[in-house]
Amino acid sequence: MDNRMVSVAAEEPLIMGNQTFHAVTDTISKIIEGKTPKLWYLAISISGSVALMFFGLIGYLVWQGIGIWGLQIPVAWGWAIVNFVFWVGIGHAGTLISAILFLLRQRWRTSINRFAEAMTIFAVICAGVFPAIHVGRMWVLHWVFPLPNQMSLWPNFRSPLLWDFFAVGTYFTCSFLFWYLGLVPDLATLRDRATNKIKKIIFGILSIGWRGGNRQWKHYELAYLLLAGISTPLVLSVHSVVSTDFSVSILPGWHTTIFPPYFVAGAIFSGFAMVMTLAIITRKIFGLENFITVNHLEKMNKIMLVTGMMVGYAYSCEFFIAWYSGNIYEQFAFINRAFGPYAWAYWIMVTCNVAVPQIFWFKKLRRSVPVMFVATIFINIGMWFERFVIVVTSLSADFLPSSWGYFSPTKYDIGLLIGSFGLFFTLFLLFLRFLPMIAMSEVKGVLPQADPHHHGHDIANRRRDS
Amino acid sequence: MAQIFPEWTNKVPIVIIAVLGLLLLGGVGFIWYYFSPRYTDVGYRPRQPVAYSHKLHAGDLGMDCRYCHTGVERSAVAGVPPIQTCMNCHKLIKPDSEKLLPIRESWRTGEPIEWIRVHKIPDYAYFNHSSHVRAGVGCKSCHGDITEMEVVTQVEPLSMSWCLDCHRDPDMALRPLGEITNMKWEPPGDQPLLAGQFKKERKISPPVDCSGCHR
Repeated sequence: MDNRMVSVAAEEPLIMGNQTFHAVTDTISKIIEGKTPKLWYLAISISGSVALMFFGLIGYLVWQGIGIWGLQIPVAWGWAIVNFVFWVGIGHAGTLISAILFLLRQRWRTSINRFAEAMTIFAVICAGVFPAIHVGRMWVLHWVFPLPNQMSLWPNFRSPLLWDFFAVGTYFTCSFLFWYLGLVPDLATLRDRATNKIKKIIFGILSIGWRGGNRQWKHYELAYLLLAGISTPLVLSVHSVVSTDFSVSILPGWHTTIFPPYFVAGAIFSGFAMVMTLAIITRKIFGLENFITVNHLEKMNKIMLVTGMMVGYAYSCEFFIAWYSGNIYEQFAFINRAFGPYAWAYWIMVTCNVAVPQIFWFKKLRRSVPVMFVATIFINIGMWFERFVIVVTSLSADFLPSSWGYFSPTKYDIGLLIGSFGLFFTLFLLFLRFLPMIAMSEVKGVLPQADPHHHGHDIANRRRDS
Repeated sequence: MAQIFPEWTNKVPIVIIAVLGLLLLGGVGFIWYYFSPRYTDVGYRPRQPVAYSHKLHAGDLGMDCRYCHTGVERSAVAGVPPIQTCMNCHKLIKPDSEKLLPIRESWRTGEPIEWIRVHKIPDYAYFNHSSHVRAGVGCKSCHGDITEMEVVTQVEPLSMSWCLDCHRDPDMALRPLGEITNMKWEPPGDQPLLAGQFKKERKISPPVDCSGCHR
């Protein structure tokens, strides 16, 4: 039976409210061109203060040394590494939405890709701070670069920590270029709409001479496709490399082959949760319900359901392998995780990451904005705890029982975690205020008006052919 | 619509990229050359409190290094001689010399002379003179031809890469054990062959891992 027609026809339009091209440009540009909302000032003064605290704490850390953290042997990797993995993971949703969904021709991505990509970049910036401050001697951080020096020392290319540096560096570069390339036509729109000289010049420089000619579009689309192709493997590779930081070591609880796919699934899971949290707030505040519709949110909920179950599978698979391996140290590591001193963290993780997404089996809950908002917050918390469980429980009870310890964060650990959120939200708020948060040029492409056969001719034709 | 930018601005991005690229390369090259001990440390020649001439004592008079630096074969440090070592001779030789006034003063008061160290290795690098001397590395390999120096000067960078160069390939530095202090010794034509023998006889395998020096 040919059911293509049914499914295609049943698809609701991606952009609601029967928009015209001009209405799209207007709605989105006005957010930038209009008066700054009071709420924005309030929000940025809070997040900006928290971000300043973040920088202050980093300054104090440089001055005083990493002894101000709760790190103590055997737990030599603490919250800094947890936060790093957490933030890098968050970044993955942006690249998945912008690159993989682009290649898969998932056109619903156009409403969310711009700010998901922006979120990626800001999350990777937050992530990048942590390993940099974790080295303790920040003034020799340039040693990670292969530079000629009097010691004939090169970075250790056999170390996953170095792969990590290059993986995250590549990821940031590609994501940034991809994001910027996508912005160019919209920046040109803003340039053309700009009413004063300074704005004209700034947007003129940023839009690097875009005129919207046929040939420019042709080159642009090819470049965009190529960058999508380059970014796609990065979605999988970056968090795989991050996972090798752990799995290449011989520590029970870290030394597992399941880590790369498990980390990637978790990254996408947490990334979508963060995109959702931000999208739900932004669409409400800026009145973008017609652009980011409940359909978009529902689709993302489905992805979270899938990746959440992948993560749940990984949790159980680790236990199975621990039992199946017959290795008592491996077995202990996992029993200790679920029932040891950190059991509270483990069960927060399982509840938030495995139990909570199960509500998305029900269509009603999947389409309820308040429900999904609460769920995404839980998932964000759960994914932070996942990294905490992995990093801290494995280290705290290692090979020598006499050296076992219990990690307690200090106020500086907590301050830096909160501070990184301050930095993240400050960057995000600046983005919302000064750049188009929805890709105008792309959204226009998915309007019914962009399709000359939008009255259903092509469906009829296809039907005749088959 | 009027143009925002004049035409010459088209070249600006290329110029910026080129200048940034050159600055980056230039910066790395500058630091690599001018910040390296080969530039900063070689040629270090502090003025010592006493105008002691290595050229006169070790060169013209032909005294052995080990007459003063007694620890060099048995200890991690070669050792700076106590004032007694000077007075062994200078009780009788030139006992009235004005240049030797600080020596006699030190001898009388027991207050040691504060010689200034020329060859410094940081505390985090472990260095042992005796193991190098016993392996057959000549004084000259690290200190240069002391017998020609009126005032001791650092001639080698003593940088980590300089250490590693020799640790990775020590062949040209190894000599017969009798020639260690001979500043005029030159490696013979069959040095690689000889070095092979030395390495076998003396069981030489210089460490190149971190903990070899950073213990």
